[in-house]
Amino acid sequence: MTDVAYYPGCSLHGTSREFDESLRAVAAELGIGLTEIADWSCCGASSGHTTDHLLGVALPARNLALAEAQGFDTVLAPCAACYNRLSAARLAIATEDGLAEQMPDILGHPFANSVDVHNAVELLRDASVTIEEKVAATLAPNPLEGVKLAAYYGCLLVRPFEVCGYDDPEQPTSMDEVIDACGADDVDWDMKVECCGGAFSVSRTASVLRLGRAIIDNARSHGAEAIIVACPLCHSNLDLRQKAMAQRGEEPMPILFVTQMVGLALGLAPVDLGLGRHFVDTEPLIARLVQQAAKRVAAEKLAKEEAAAKAAARAEKQKVGVAAGTSGAEGGEAQ
Amino acid sequence: MSAPSRTLATDILEATGINPATCYQCGKCSAGCPMASESDLRPHNVMRLVVQDRREAALSEQSIWLCLTCETCSARCPNACDPARVIDAVREMSIEAEVADMPRNVAAFHRAFLEQIRTNGRLHEMGMVMEYKLRSGDLMKDVINAPGMLSRGKLSFRAERIEGVAEIKRIFEKCGVTP
Repeated sequence: MTDVAYYPGCSLHGTSREFDESLRAVAAELGIGLTEIADWSCCGASSGHTTDHLLGVALPARNLALAEAQGFDTVLAPCAACYNRLSAARLAIATEDGLAEQMPDILGHPFANSVDVHNAVELLRDASVTIEEKVAATLAPNPLEGVKLAAYYGCLLVRPFEVCGYDDPEQPTSMDEVIDACGADDVDWDMKVECCGGAFSVSRTASVLRLGRAIIDNARSHGAEAIIVACPLCHSNLDLRQKAMAQRGEEPMPILFVTQMVGLALGLAPVDLGLGRHFVDTEPLIARLVQQAAKRVAAEKLAKEEAAAKAAARAEKQKVGVAAGTSGAEGGEAQ
Repeated sequence: MSAPSRTLATDILEATGINPATCYQCGKCSAGCPMASESDLRPHNVMRLVVQDRREAALSEQSIWLCLTCETCSARCPNACDPARVIDAVREMSIEAEVADMPRNVAAFHRAFLEQIRTNGRLHEMGMVMEYKLRSGDLMKDVINAPGMLSRGKLSFRAERIEGVAEIKRIFEKCGVTP
């Protein structure tokens, strides 16, 4: 398999480095090669396009041009915000009058707009059969088996549909499919595509607390033990800000990146998935799940042994019965 | 007959290809807007101001700066009016006309963010926070729990600077943006 061009974006080099760590670890397990785009720059995020439309196109386009020049036809942008900006730029340049002609001059590079953009959920969904096989082949008991997890997509993975288009914008299922591939149980809940407050984390923290609390409460009331995300902004708004939004007596809700979840199912060590970098401690959850999984496997083993013993006893009885000439099967055959 | 005069709606049509006049005020955009409860004007109200050609009111409206660009409105619009893109365009015109009533914090955040990109090519979170504090005046506010971030290896004192910084400066210049 050829490598894909990897665009980590600023967050995966900074506040969400565990997303980068877990993605690299999981990709290696799944045999997916990642080559970081040399000299990539920031996509501009919300600040770019809310300030100037052309700037919001040109900043991501520089990275598409670099990937193109470096010989790639696919870019993987795991950060939902980067994915959205890169995809939006690609679409705008393809459809808006004059943009394609303007780009080489603005960028100072030739640019054919020939590179596809994918996000990490898409990548994992497409690899879900491999994930299932690998999880089944993992020796350690799968800690995620049957665990209820809420797939939280937020905005930028699914909207606008013309830009993203890989999943339904109101009822997406891609991340749920990955949850299922990991042996866990995807929760049916209401806030899958609600906004977490995004870029207002710093400038309007109160709004972020209001929106985040609603999301966490809903996931909890539908039985989720953790929320799975694929966006650094969603992660920090739900994880870093959770202490401030918690009501009295509530258990903390761990927020995991989708790649960290896959890594756990594949038997990778929590430390290699950056699970120690969160503000909501993931340790109690993982310890409990590992214990549950060990108990389940032991119970299954015991049940199997008991069933085998019963079957052996039955066979023994039958043998005795055959010898005595009173077996029902024997009688049936005789008729 | 005189030529049709320029209106805010025709300006937006020209800039975005979206005709705001096709909005029939069903309010579905506002029903799904996560910031509706905090905004004086909700998405369908802004669409109305645009169609009524109330340029001054629309461009100086503070609510347009409370938009999170989550795109829920555009995803749910039954008539493809794309309120998110229209509001984006109104914001741009508002900056251009120098009448933007951007909350100081929001403006400070965007400027601090873009300044980081222009000088390094990548966002340096620590630098951005310093810059934001200076620009917003929120000097004492612990905006991101810096000690917690540092101990978790999430913040770095050193900025990553790309080799092609000159290309980034060129992009800002060509787009006419100075943070």
